[in-house]
Amino acid sequence: MTPLLSVRDIHKSYGARIGCTDVGFDLFPGEVMGIVGESGSGKSTLLNCLAGHLSPDRGEVIFDTRTDGPRDTLTMSEPERRMLGRTDWAFVHQNPRDGLRMSVSAGGNVGERLMAVGARHYGDIRDSATDWLGRVEIAADRIDDRPRAFSGGMQQRLQIARNLVTGPRLVFMDEPTGGLDVSVQARLLDLLRGLVREMGLSAIIVTHDLAVVRLLADRLMVMKSGRVVEAGLTDQVLDDPQHGYTQLLVSSVLQV
Amino acid sequence: MSDYNFAYLDEQTKRMIRRAILKGVAIPGYQVPFASREMPMPYGWGTGGVQVSAACLTPEDKLKVIDQGADDTTNAVSIRKFFERTAGVETTERTNEATVIQTRHRIPEEPLTEDQILVYQVPIPEPLRFLEPRETETRKMHALEEYGLMHVKLYEDISRHGHIATSYAYPVKVEGRYVMDPSPIPKFDNPKMEMAGLQLFGAGREQRIYAIPPFTRVVSLDFEDHPFEASKADHPCDLCGAGDSYLDEVITDDAGGRMFVCSDTDFCAGRQDAGYRGRLNAEEAA
Repeated sequence: MTPLLSVRDIHKSYGARIGCTDVGFDLFPGEVMGIVGESGSGKSTLLNCLAGHLSPDRGEVIFDTRTDGPRDTLTMSEPERRMLGRTDWAFVHQNPRDGLRMSVSAGGNVGERLMAVGARHYGDIRDSATDWLGRVEIAADRIDDRPRAFSGGMQQRLQIARNLVTGPRLVFMDEPTGGLDVSVQARLLDLLRGLVREMGLSAIIVTHDLAVVRLLADRLMVMKSGRVVEAGLTDQVLDDPQHGYTQLLVSSVLQV
Repeated sequence: MSDYNFAYLDEQTKRMIRRAILKGVAIPGYQVPFASREMPMPYGWGTGGVQVSAACLTPEDKLKVIDQGADDTTNAVSIRKFFERTAGVETTERTNEATVIQTRHRIPEEPLTEDQILVYQVPIPEPLRFLEPRETETRKMHALEEYGLMHVKLYEDISRHGHIATSYAYPVKVEGRYVMDPSPIPKFDNPKMEMAGLQLFGAGREQRIYAIPPFTRVVSLDFEDHPFEASKADHPCDLCGAGDSYLDEVITDDAGGRMFVCSDTDFCAGRQDAGYRGRLNAEEAA
């Protein structure tokens, strides 16, 4: 089986400081990978390198494209990479303001990716926007409201709908539940888990919340100071942490 | 007259502007940056258009200046005087006699010929500006032909008003490549942009020049189920009776009285000279 995403020896430094280094893994179709670690451990740098927002200093990010098979996205031309970003890839930001157009209605936000890949029929765009708002549990009568009028949890759900509308195969998520209260978090996680399973998505989720990866991720990578210190099946890593830092991380979770 | 170089600008500046114009003509719809000069008028009064006109004018040219279609409004009068003094060229109000026409917000009703140049004054040349504030990003979007966002604006129009309510500065795609802001002309004028004359656009404050060469394909953006429609007020002109010209609505009293007149004053006057009469002009016909 060809991996959907194959990452080899990614290195990114900011001047003399290391962002992330020596990272490599394979992600197979339908698999969800979690990346955990403390602030400043290079999680977001890594994610941005993979998603093409940052260019790493060396390494390969090989994506199994629909048309041409496995290709290194770092050596792709920019139009091709941006096209991937609109079709087969999705990126969910921690802050929905970064991922949404705040001055455009919810329907327009969901429809933007469709129009970006050439949809030119208003009725069809409107129908799939309505359909997707329903799937992320936003009432259909809110379709013409601006995201400003939405709560934080709704904004995050809207962002997810906007990203999944073109049927991507790989979703990058940067702390998708950060900044939400626990009950809203729980609903969002439920929703995400349902969508990921139903659509057979592959996902890479960056978070510092171990509960999120326990719920969503099949596999886990633990990062510290820009390096991967431990990797394995989620339950295995969380129940039997080997590295000192992972042990610290697992034992730091507050029990209610 | 001897105090100024011909047409106000020095020759090096005109050369620079002509180079930008040539590049604009070579790449229809592409916004060419140029080093816009300070002009003796405020930004927003047509500094870009004036610079383009100055670079195009020759002593043999005949200039016409219109503002919202009219030859006698402040902007038109002051720019016409400006070129009378600094270039000493002949001016006219007749569309068919002019070789260079500088315009703000209208295209003349009378079709232009291959010997005429139409110069537009442009306030904001970037059609994506109000959707994407970053200039770096909009340039990239133009370069990579990523114009989905333009349809988001039209989508918003339909979702809010039930139809495409954008009635001026309606975005067009030029020769199948660049999406362009046609300056704030009414969308009634959009179909006229496929014309025989050369069209030049100058934005002084934003320092951009772009162009549509003669007989270039200009398509107004729309949706399959909400096609583009060149709309106008549903009346004939009250002075000349024309049913196919773009109209201004004029309030005539404070009791709801109003009249519709051609915004193109030369077109309207020409028709009246030829004996056409509208609703409010009938008694003088005899």
